[in-house]
Parts: sequence; C-alpha cells; structure tokens
Amino acid sequence: MSKVIASRTAALTETPFHYCPGCAHGIIHRLTAEVIDELGLQEKTVGVASVGCSVFAYDYFNVDMLQAAHGRAPAVATGVKRVLPEATVFTYQGDGDLAAIGTAEIVHAAGRGEKITVIFVNNANYGMTGGQQAPTTLLGQVTKTTPNGRTSEANGYPIRVCELLSTLTGAAYIARTAVFDPAHVTQTKKAIRKAFEVQEKGLGFSLVEVLGNCPTNWHLSPGDSVKWLKENMLPYYPLGEFKVSEEVE
Amino acid sequence: MAKLLMEGNQALAEAAIHAGCRYFFGYPITPQSEIPEYLSRRLPQVGGVYLQAESEVSAINMVFGAAGTGARVFTASSSPGISLMSEGISYIAACELPCVLVNVQRGGPGLGNIAPSQADYNQATKGIGHGDFHLLVLAPNSVQEMADLTIWAFDLADKYRNPVMVLSDGILGQMMEPVEFSEEIPEPPEKPWAVTGASGRKRNIINSLHIAPEVLEARNLKLQAKYAAAKENECRCENYLTEDAELVVAAFGSCARIAKAAVEEARSQGIKAGLCRPITVWPFPEAAVAEACKNARACIVTEMNEGQMVYDIRLALKDRIPVHSFGKMGGVIPTPNQILDEIKKLEVKPGV
Ligand SMILES: Cc1ncc(C[n+]2csc(CCOP(=O)(O)OP(=O)(O)O)c2C)c(N)n1
Repeated sequence: MSKVIASRTAALTETPFHYCPGCAHGIIHRLTAEVIDELGLQEKTVGVASVGCSVFAYDYFNVDMLQAAHGRAPAVATGVKRVLPEATVFTYQGDGDLAAIGTAEIVHAAGRGEKITVIFVNNANYGMTGGQQAPTTLLGQVTKTTPNGRTSEANGYPIRVCELLSTLTGAAYIARTAVFDPAHVTQTKKAIRKAFEVQEKGLGFSLVEVLGNCPTNWHLSPGDSVKWLKENMLPYYPLGEFKVSEEVE
Repeated sequence: MAKLLMEGNQALAEAAIHAGCRYFFGYPITPQSEIPEYLSRRLPQVGGVYLQAESEVSAINMVFGAAGTGARVFTASSSPGISLMSEGISYIAACELPCVLVNVQRGGPGLGNIAPSQADYNQATKGIGHGDFHLLVLAPNSVQEMADLTIWAFDLADKYRNPVMVLSDGILGQMMEPVEFSEEIPEPPEKPWAVTGASGRKRNIINSLHIAPEVLEARNLKLQAKYAAAKENECRCENYLTEDAELVVAAFGSCARIAKAAVEEARSQGIKAGLCRPITVWPFPEAAVAEACKNARACIVTEMNEGQMVYDIRLALKDRIPVHSFGKMGGVIPTPNQILDEIKKLEVKPGV
C-alpha cells in the first residue's frame, strides 16, 4: 500500500499558482498556509491580498479573503481586526506595496500595535509591473527604471524595513528570513508560525520579511537568481529576528 | 423621544450610532472635526470602535475592511480629505460594500478655506473616483435632516450594497437646531457575503480584480442595474410653493434655506416664485424637478459653487425653459436679498 508523505495543505486551494518558475512566492504561500492549518486557524482567518505579483493570493489561500488597493492592506486588515478581534487577520505584501506606496499604512499599523500578521516578500523590484526599481532595490542593481544601476545620488538608498519597524514600540515580533534552501525554508516557517502565535496571544503587531528571488525580472535562471540573492541581498538585508518583545520572549 | 438641541455634526454622529453603526475611522479636518471628536467619546460607551487613522487614505481603507466584515461603518471628512479617499471609494463601490461617507464641504480648490461651500457637488455626484460607478448622495438642509438622512444612508447602503454619501457643508455641520431621533430603525439585512472567517460555510472573497473584459463588463452591468433601481425608487425632492410658480429657484442643502427665504420674500411682494430642493442629488429627482417647473417661465439655480447642479436641472427640464445659474464661490454665502434680486431680474411684468 502506498503511503501519503506529502499533500496539499488544507489552507491552500486547488488552483495552480501562476508564478514564474523559480519565484519564491509559491513557497511562501505554502508555508503561510501550513502554519494556518497547523495552528487550526483556517476557519477564523481573514487574509488580505495586496497589489503585486501576489495579487491573486485570494485564489490560493483557502480562507476568507479581501483584495486591497496597492499599499493599503494593513489599513484594510485594521478595519477587519477592529470589528473581529477574535479573527486571525494577515496581509501578504510585496516590497513596492509595503515599502513604497504603503509606507504610511505599515508604519502606523505597527506603531498602533495592530494585532495582525504581515507576510512581506522582498524581491528587490516591482515584479508585477515588469521589474522597475523598488525602495528595496540595491545600489548598482539594474532594473527597468534604473537602466544603469541604482545610484544613491539619483535614487537614494534601499530601505531596510525590519530594522525600521523594529524601532516601534507597537511591533511585537519582526523577523527577516529567506527560502533559498531547505534549512532556510524551515526557519521561515518557524518565523511565520511565531508571528501568527503572537497574534493569537494578542501580543501586538507581527511581520516576517522573506527575501525572495525574481528570476524573470532579474533576468537570471532560477539557480543563478538564488546565487545573486545570497551574494547581493544577504549582506544588505541580514537575516534574523529584529524585534521580539518581552511578552513574546 | 424628546427633542435635543444639537450641532449638525453631532446630530449626524449620534444618528449613525442610532442606526446601529459602531465603527468609525477618520482623520481630523475642519469643519467636520466635531464628528470624530464626538464619536471618540460616544462609540466606546456603546461598545464600538473609534480609530483615528494616519490619513484619509488609510481611513477609507479601514472602512473597506470593516465594511467587508458586514459591520455598519462610516467615515467623515471635508473636501481635501474626500479627494484623498477617491481610490478607496472606487474599490468599495466595485466590491459592493455598504458604508456611509460624509463630506462636510469647505471652500476649494486646493487647501481653499474652512468656510461652507457646495463646490464638491460634481465630485460627489459624478466624479468621486475612477471607473463607472456612482455613490448615492443625500443633501440635508437642517440639523434634523443631518440625522434623518444619515440613518437613511445606512439603510440605503445596505439595500444597494453601495457607498452612500451625506453631502453636507460647514453651515449645516456647525449650526445648532432641535433634533429628534426616530424610534424605528429597520434591521440591517443578512450579509452572507461578508468575510468573517469561513466557519461552516464556503469561503468568501471580496475582490475588484476581473482580468477578463467580459467578466468585468458583467460586473459593471450589475452595478448599472443597481443604479437604475436606485433611480427608480429613491429620488427625493422637496417642492415648495411651486404649484403656480412662474419662477422656480432650485437649490440644495444649506443654500436651499437661503433660497427659501428669498422665495417667501418674493411671494410677499406678489411674485409667483417657488423652491425646488433636490434631497437626493444622486439619483437626481428629474421628475420632481420637471413637476416643480411645469408652470414656470424660468428657473434660477442657486448654489455655493460656480454652478454645478445647474446642468442636472437643465437635463431634467430638457432645456424647455431658460435655466439661469447664480453661484457664489470660495466659501461666500449668498444672501436672501441677492437671490431675490436674481428673481426680480427675471420677473417680466405683464404688459411690459
Ligand atoms: C495606485 C496604484 N499605483 C500603481 C499600481 C501599479 N502596480 C501594480 S503592482 C506594482 C508593484 C508591485 O511590486 P511589489 O509590491 O514589489 O510586488 P511584486 O510584484 O514584486 O511581488 C505597481 C506599481 C497600482 N496597481 N495601483
């Protein structure tokens, strides 16, 4: 008799992902869904999709979903959570969505200690619109709108979201992880689980930034994109827990 | 219930609570700040939530989230703040979420001033955001109507699953009058579409993205059918002394109070004047406007703007009679005498 050793997690629908080969979004969706399942939250979760490559997240997460305007997911999640304090509310956002157009929303949701969980995917560019510069684009990185590479004179410096948000008292748990190998996938899942547990315990705002590769817009093979991420993103965006409030400890 | 002496903004805020609304998200701006100030005290007393957002952009998106759970929710702002909410309002309409929006209008454009104005009429009735959609827009002209129309706004929002705006202004917001709250509040309908956590039912999705043009067209047609039903069923207009009126003054909101004084003075001087006051400015009460002007030789539309409603009046009257516009801009309030002068200009004496 054959034995099932891996299956779809219940908090993901049967809809096949539309993501490009090698893109990190699929793995991060899966990890988020597994955590929702393992913590038994599926029937009380409301997810908020953002605008970016993950805009169709409402097709994939098998929970009640809203699709928010570009950058506004933390405000939408706040509206949901304030009406339904018992619900589990999460947003899923890219780096353009969260760190450019939605900067005010994320900073103030964290500042208020809004009891929501944010899954934040940093792929150092605007994937959905074809690979333009994001606030997280590295110095020297070539994008569609930094054709000669980002320069500090012309485009300023990349923003480190975890470091910024971890200065806020309302933030209870802030971590940065990656998913480029099995060990890091496991670490990411642990961080996501912790972030949801922080919410369930009512301890405050939680966010996990996951470094993601974007082979299509980086114009690299999936393998090379992993190499590029390790060599270029890791030095500027170190992994780790940036804020673990006393209550969370 | 006993009559209470209240400021318009406070009456509106209390009416929202009376209508069963327990959630408010907003940002301070004059001349509407009495609404959040009042609610920051009142909502916690009734188990509700008052939250001051970081901007009007965030406020409207918090409203989007709260409305998505099926709760009665509202926000209030004044002109520049409403402009900031534009994108969010479009999403709310696209997702068919019921909520109430209040614009206590001030002088514009730009930062303008904090004097009363009606310059956002076009924005409210025709251009509140991108895409083919409409708000239902109610224009009160007394403190009592600030309360009554707010309660009605919540019912309409639920009935049509559409945002409804109360289009007020600085005069109505800040003046005091006696107000009475109706005893009967209809129960809000069931909201099986709400996102509350999919327990014991299929999951719900609130979304305005429809990649296939045919699908998005079908969504649009559904919205349009809803607006057609609202046009059919919800138009309201107050016609005063219009039965035999030869000159009809059309005005909405606070400006209609001034116009009414001018009409009464004209009558006392033997001029057959009447007042037509649209209460729903979207849908626009075309039939009632035509009825008001059935015996009229001319119509004067007085507004605290460059002349915006005048085009809706002309359409309602199919340009059958001359329609004149008398507008005051920048927060300047017309006086009854100025309107009376306009009436007199048009009055042609028999045999002359
Ligand atoms: C108000 C508004 N401005 C711009 C856009 C266009 N837009 C869609 S997605 C996107 C960038 C998304 O990038 P990111 O958040 O980094 O997510 P990714 O696609 O890389 O996953 C932009 C600019 C929009 N939809 N709405």
